[in-house]
Amino acid sequence: MRDLVRRYWRTLISPSAYYSLGFLTIGGFIGGILFWGAFNTAMEFTNTERFCIGCHVMRDNVYQEIQPTIHFTNRSGVRAKCADCHVPHDWTFKMARKMQASKEVWGFIFGTIGTREKFVAKRRELAEREWARFRANDSLECRNCHEFQAMDFTRQSKRGADAHSGSLAAGINAGGKTCIDCHKGIAHRLPDMAGQ
Amino acid sequence: MKRLSLLFLIPFFFWGNAFSQHDPLRGPARVDEVGKAAPMVNTENNDKKRVRSYAMQPPTIPHKTDNYQVDRFANKCITCHARTRVGETQATPISITHYTDRDGNFLADVSPRRYFCEQCHVVQMQTEPPVKNRFQDVDALIRKQQKK
Repeated sequence: MRDLVRRYWRTLISPSAYYSLGFLTIGGFIGGILFWGAFNTAMEFTNTERFCIGCHVMRDNVYQEIQPTIHFTNRSGVRAKCADCHVPHDWTFKMARKMQASKEVWGFIFGTIGTREKFVAKRRELAEREWARFRANDSLECRNCHEFQAMDFTRQSKRGADAHSGSLAAGINAGGKTCIDCHKGIAHRLPDMAGQ
Repeated sequence: MKRLSLLFLIPFFFWGNAFSQHDPLRGPARVDEVGKAAPMVNTENNDKKRVRSYAMQPPTIPHKTDNYQVDRFANKCITCHARTRVGETQATPISITHYTDRDGNFLADVSPRRYFCEQCHVVQMQTEPPVKNRFQDVDALIRKQQKK
């Protein structure tokens, strides 16, 4: 085993004996572009709604629930799809989330929430995890569209304006609140909230 | 002979009804026609308390409640109107009458029989009712009587 590693390492660090420098640099560059393009396209595909609802757990539960909500059906036709709220937009954080999502592949293969009953039973845990993620990044996925600086409080209802100019303006670090603290369950049904 | 002539009138009775009598909620559509649906109206959403028509009337909801979840898992209304949350939300706290069981015993929390808020409390729409209401407030009745 050790010999094998050593042999490969030696091949890796020794200069090329057959290929020209031009082939290696230009070929490497083009290969890199092709690889990066393919990688990004594949990753973007996992961000599409079609991919998410390709699995029946998502299609029969959460996708049914979002349809009557304002994020799916509204007057202006703007629609927030799965990845808009559940996957960070910045590359580094997106990669981190995608790696965490490998656990969901495991769950899919072994049918952890494969039936409605299993899904309902586990729902609180899943929701708590997502709420914790939103709290930790100060509801970043909400703010990708709903920018606090751009809110016109005079166009909001009184209770909305009170909450947004009070708790939300203060921020979570100053004892205030972040979006998800009040807006739980706006895009999906709430789990069993017993004890809350 | 007299009876037979009455029988003869029966079809005319139905024929007349079909053209003259309209259900006010149906609008001007005939019974055998499908009426055109009125445009949908918005919910009043100004957070202003409304006058109650009588003392025991369940207060109406002065805000939108679209997609509010009220089921065995969660109650969206209570998240703001619960006794412990009104400080934060400035919502109207749930009345003390909702904390008793049907025998009048006080409970620690809202009674299950009062759990489904929208059985009694409803939103109001920004529209005129299609059927007029002749209800009179009890105060108006008393005042009328005092004048006599």
